[in-house]
Amino acid sequence: MLVVVGVPRVSVAQSVAPASVERPETSVNAPQLRAEIERLRNEIDQLLRQYDARLQTLAQQLEKLESRKAGNPKGVDGVPASTEKRDSGNPTSLATDAKGSNGPEGPRGPEGPGGAEGPTGQQTQAQVPPPTQPPPTQLPPPDQPPLQTQPQSLSSKVFNPDMSVIGNFVGVAGKNEFNVDPAMQLTEVEAAFQAIVDPYARADFFLSASPDGLEVEEGYITFTSLPANLLLKVGKMRAQFGKVNALHTHQMPTVDRPLVTQNLVGGEEGLSDAGMSLSYLLHNPVIFVDMIGEVYHGDSEVFQSPERSKLAYVGRVRAYRDITENSNIDLGTSFAFGPTGVGLDLAPPEGGVEAPLLNKRLFGIDATYRYRPLRRAIYRRFNVRTELIWSRQELPDDLHASSFGWYALGEYQFARRWYAGARYDRSARLLDDTLTDNGGSFFMTFWPTEFSQIRGQYRYTSYAEGITGNEFLFQFNFSIGAHGAHIF
Amino acid sequence: MKAMKGMKAMKKAFAPFLAIALAMSYAPPGRTAAAPLKVAATTEDLGALAREVGGDRITVDVFSRGYQDPHFVEPKPSFILKLVNADLLIVVGRELEIGWLPPLITQSRNAKIQLGGQGYLDASQNVRILEIPTGQITRAMGDVHPAGNPHYWLDPDNGRRIAQAIRDKLSELVPAEAAYFAQRYADFDKRLAEAQKRWDATMAPFKGTKVVTYHRSWPNFAERFGLNVVGYVEPKPGIPPTPSHTVELVAEMKRQGVKVILVEPYFDVKTPEAVGRQTGAEVLVMPPSVGGVKEASDYIKLFDYDVNLLATAFKRLGL
Repeated sequence: MLVVVGVPRVSVAQSVAPASVERPETSVNAPQLRAEIERLRNEIDQLLRQYDARLQTLAQQLEKLESRKAGNPKGVDGVPASTEKRDSGNPTSLATDAKGSNGPEGPRGPEGPGGAEGPTGQQTQAQVPPPTQPPPTQLPPPDQPPLQTQPQSLSSKVFNPDMSVIGNFVGVAGKNEFNVDPAMQLTEVEAAFQAIVDPYARADFFLSASPDGLEVEEGYITFTSLPANLLLKVGKMRAQFGKVNALHTHQMPTVDRPLVTQNLVGGEEGLSDAGMSLSYLLHNPVIFVDMIGEVYHGDSEVFQSPERSKLAYVGRVRAYRDITENSNIDLGTSFAFGPTGVGLDLAPPEGGVEAPLLNKRLFGIDATYRYRPLRRAIYRRFNVRTELIWSRQELPDDLHASSFGWYALGEYQFARRWYAGARYDRSARLLDDTLTDNGGSFFMTFWPTEFSQIRGQYRYTSYAEGITGNEFLFQFNFSIGAHGAHIF
Repeated sequence: MKAMKGMKAMKKAFAPFLAIALAMSYAPPGRTAAAPLKVAATTEDLGALAREVGGDRITVDVFSRGYQDPHFVEPKPSFILKLVNADLLIVVGRELEIGWLPPLITQSRNAKIQLGGQGYLDASQNVRILEIPTGQITRAMGDVHPAGNPHYWLDPDNGRRIAQAIRDKLSELVPAEAAYFAQRYADFDKRLAEAQKRWDATMAPFKGTKVVTYHRSWPNFAERFGLNVVGYVEPKPGIPPTPSHTVELVAEMKRQGVKVILVEPYFDVKTPEAVGRQTGAEVLVMPPSVGGVKEASDYIKLFDYDVNLLATAFKRLGL
């Protein structure tokens, strides 16, 4: 295939050169050029011979197959004829591929002067595009000049999803009896595959490899073309409960997740489950209001369903409004309800009585204020966020635990690559609302580029049992592959 | 029996969805024939060109301000509100908006403006693109754009081609107004051609003038007006200035006698000014986009401003 494609291209260039057409590279000295031409001629001769031989065998095969009269054998000996045929058959790809087409005789822009400067080497595409490429340039509208500037190098992988891999390396130093994290660990390698499925949907997959094994962190389809301002996601995903739960580890502004997330909302894994999420955008020009209803199978760190008929539900209303072009406010309230595995292992069934299913309700409020002066957007930014979460966990014997926790976090960008912030933490325990943990953190992040970040965090934790932890955490976050979207 | 139970569970599961869907199933009133077409553009340059062609038959919402770095726009939900009912979304393309536009489009719930939809126009499709990298591309080169330099609107000929593309798209969306758009385009084309003569005349004496720019925002502009960009304040695209690169830059500028440093309004002028002090070069804050300064209120005025800024400075410096 390569051989066949190669022949006409080279021969076109060849036939142009001696025909005294001025080529852009005339500055190259003559002997060199001659040697080059000689070399090319030899190559072409060789190719032609191969081509000839192949055509002949093909023709013979054809003759065997067909008994009818055929003009084919005739064309075989006239190789140039078949080359011409190929030329006219595929003019676009030839015109753009052959080097000669970039010469001064090529079509130019509407204004002479602009075109006369000629294309620089930068626009010339790689010499030999993969043979599987479609004709690289769409024909421009009639009144527009054909320009040799379309990105052809991308088309070979046009249907591959955007891929990226993100590594998250975390180290811990200091003392904390409750935290048994190793001194250093590659806590997660996340592989993301994202692409548009068809005109109606896109798909996002996030596979997460951690010391616990490989798992699907998220994998869902998003239907983007539903009527009535609806957006439907189906698959496994992080539930839209509050802010932190929806964030991947590498998107967090801190190394760890807040205490309240650890205690009440499933920690690192969080509320992430197989299910469906339907979002409705209340359309009005004044304020952004997004209403989300989700239903999950009930297999997460937060909810555990033993039966098919018992599902977990999440609801969220989010309101957002720009205050000025530099600042905005983002408010949300979330609700989650579902069965838990609490008590299933505690209460052994006596006399065949099944342990009752114990449910959990979560209610959350979150508020975020962002300030980012547009003129200085790449240097200055200030965010504050708080999340308050109430949890009501049913316990055996008609008891329940009502736990409350919250955090407040502020982060300030003081230079193009530097962020500093602080967080206050407080949360009761899920199963015992009389026990409350407190904590606080200071953190600083250095972003060499968008694709890597280095973070240090000092964390103080005072546990309900009277134990305190003083730790220094550090994190290296690095990503390769497709450019992901910035988080907001 | 089991199936019945399953059905019941299903019904139960979908109840909240149904409730929401029913409660909200009224459709917002559609666009009537006389109502202007709703156009959203990612940058003010595209917005300005759309206004030139669309006149009062369209309304234009713009996301990135002219004084803002278009690579680093935040995907604010308020932008989603502008996209929900948009009939046309015009993007710069070439991955300029890759960090912020995709989630907005996904969230827009608007089939028209999805990638490949009738209301999605990539303005870079028929323009002259420079600096398309060849060979292996890695991020060791900084934040390179694999599909070429996305600051292509800074060549007036490209502006014309963008306006043509907008004219064709608007005519496709509202065939009844095709003549109107064609007439508006022709008028713009004429004014632009006249302005181009003016700009070319102003810049002609300075052909080949050496300049340094902060970011690689100006290849099309430089090519058009004959500027010779010999270096960048950024060591690599998207990488902030480093001391070692700055030292090299100062040496290079002294060697070549570069007297002008162009800085986009959203970059810090500290490093360029330090370089200027060491080399005797002047720092010019030059807007690459409509709205970058007050005076650059439309596409032609942007070039009026920039060309005038350069010519004045070049004259003053005796270049």
